[in-house]
Amino acid sequence: MAVTAGTKKLDARALRADFPIFEQDIHGKPLAYLDSANSSQKPRQVIDAMSTFYETSYANVHRAVHLLGERATAGLEGAREKVRALLNAPDVREIIFVRNATEALNLVAYSWAGNNLGPGDAVVVTELEHHSNFVPWQYIAKRQGAEFKMLPLDENGDVDLSGLDAIARECNVKVVATNLVSNSLGTINDISPLVRFARAQGAIFVCDAAQAAPHMRVDVQALDCDFLALSGHKMCGPSGIGVLWGRGELLQAMEPFLLGGHMIKSVREDRTTWGDLPHKFEAGTSPIVEAVGLGAAIDYLEAAGLDAIEAHEHELVAYALERMSEIEGITLYGPPAERRAGVVSFNLEGIHPHDVAQILDASGVAIRAGHHCCQPLMHKLGVPATNRASFYLYTVQEEIDQLVDGLATVQKVFA
Amino acid sequence: MNEFDQMYREVILDHYKNPHGHGVLDPADAHADGQNPLCGDEVSIYVAFGEDGETIDEVKFSGRGCAISQAATSMLMDMVTGKTATEVAVLDKQELLDEIAIPLTPVRLKCALLGLTTLKVALHKAKGTPLPDGLAGFDELELT
Repeated sequence: MAVTAGTKKLDARALRADFPIFEQDIHGKPLAYLDSANSSQKPRQVIDAMSTFYETSYANVHRAVHLLGERATAGLEGAREKVRALLNAPDVREIIFVRNATEALNLVAYSWAGNNLGPGDAVVVTELEHHSNFVPWQYIAKRQGAEFKMLPLDENGDVDLSGLDAIARECNVKVVATNLVSNSLGTINDISPLVRFARAQGAIFVCDAAQAAPHMRVDVQALDCDFLALSGHKMCGPSGIGVLWGRGELLQAMEPFLLGGHMIKSVREDRTTWGDLPHKFEAGTSPIVEAVGLGAAIDYLEAAGLDAIEAHEHELVAYALERMSEIEGITLYGPPAERRAGVVSFNLEGIHPHDVAQILDASGVAIRAGHHCCQPLMHKLGVPATNRASFYLYTVQEEIDQLVDGLATVQKVFA
Repeated sequence: MNEFDQMYREVILDHYKNPHGHGVLDPADAHADGQNPLCGDEVSIYVAFGEDGETIDEVKFSGRGCAISQAATSMLMDMVTGKTATEVAVLDKQELLDEIAIPLTPVRLKCALLGLTTLKVALHKAKGTPLPDGLAGFDELELT
């Protein structure tokens, strides 16, 4: 896909030099890291920001009177503002730091749905969800005696919306939850019909942006969602930090999720009052340095340009699909290049993904093999697992060539 | 020889492509299904005892999965035919691993031992003996 006029072109080769992980060989071969949808690598800028913070500014936040405590608090809160700006959220107090997107989605499931769902109500998800946006809803709906409805995929792999009317007639829809980008197929989903449906039903709309936020601009106001979840580790940030954004009025009205230190206003023997946002949802010591790392990652992504990252991935996916479609006995899953982020899921006839991934590893190529935390989707595709190659801003065409050569070796071994 | 050549050495690929004892026994004196939900490997094992009700007269397996899981189970079929249920119940997994004789990462070890673990479950079920603790050594395996 052509880079649109005005979009800065991304220089992946130059960016790659920022990532120390590529300075090593794997099994004597250059590393082709095609597993970024699983977790991304980290640039020197993020690693250094975290080390420097530990060396010069570390203390606990919010409570300390001393200088280091002030610096640490400024670091954490500065990162929160960077997240707000990234997501175009109206208010920084709506940015809740959590461990990852999974925890963010659990927070909404327990604190919102756990107090608002009942018999006759329904949660609606799609067949394309990661388990993190599936299992919590399935569990909480069952616990609350509510219905759990899964919209199936049609033969093109798009979410089939034809069942929505029947669901609306049958149940009182309270939650609609779906992803913006599928982690297993890379599909960039047009969520607007589901947002409109949620609005018409008076339901909340929960957006899993774990796979979207690293690869494209995500604007919570433009999406018109009520909650949005992301993970830092997939977007050049450290593991152990994620974000929940929620509409202020919803977060205000919600019960807390985790209870303990920092999330309180006052504690007496007979009652406790909750702190203000965002503290009400941030019990215990925060992932302080991880937040600083996430802030540095956001700076890094903004400097590269999220539009440029998206365009770069489209180019890579188009190239990969073209080269891989020439391989005999390959099945490629997912939509055309222009409708997907940097993900290519595939199977080689007669060869289990574990064997494919193992032999590729010996060629220095790292891919994911498995069900990608999407067992309902794997069931739909009729396979136990797929191979998944995924790309990011540091991915270069040679890595895809290395993958294609590696797949030829796999087929030779199993011939 | 590099690590990958060792892992996919010829004998493993032979067993994968032409598995020994592949099939189903119906009825079977002992039967169990095993799966590794992490990667989708599936193995079902069927045993027929001899007249003494103890010696494994015939053993077959069916399933699908990676080359390591299927080849290891194929090798196991050769190893246990003619052995008694008691002998197999105490069979050290190292004996099978020595037979497989390839370097296995922790993830692939689960693939390699799926067949043996499932066979032991089948025998314990048939004999009504309790499954020893830590039989699988891997909590992820689903054995029925």
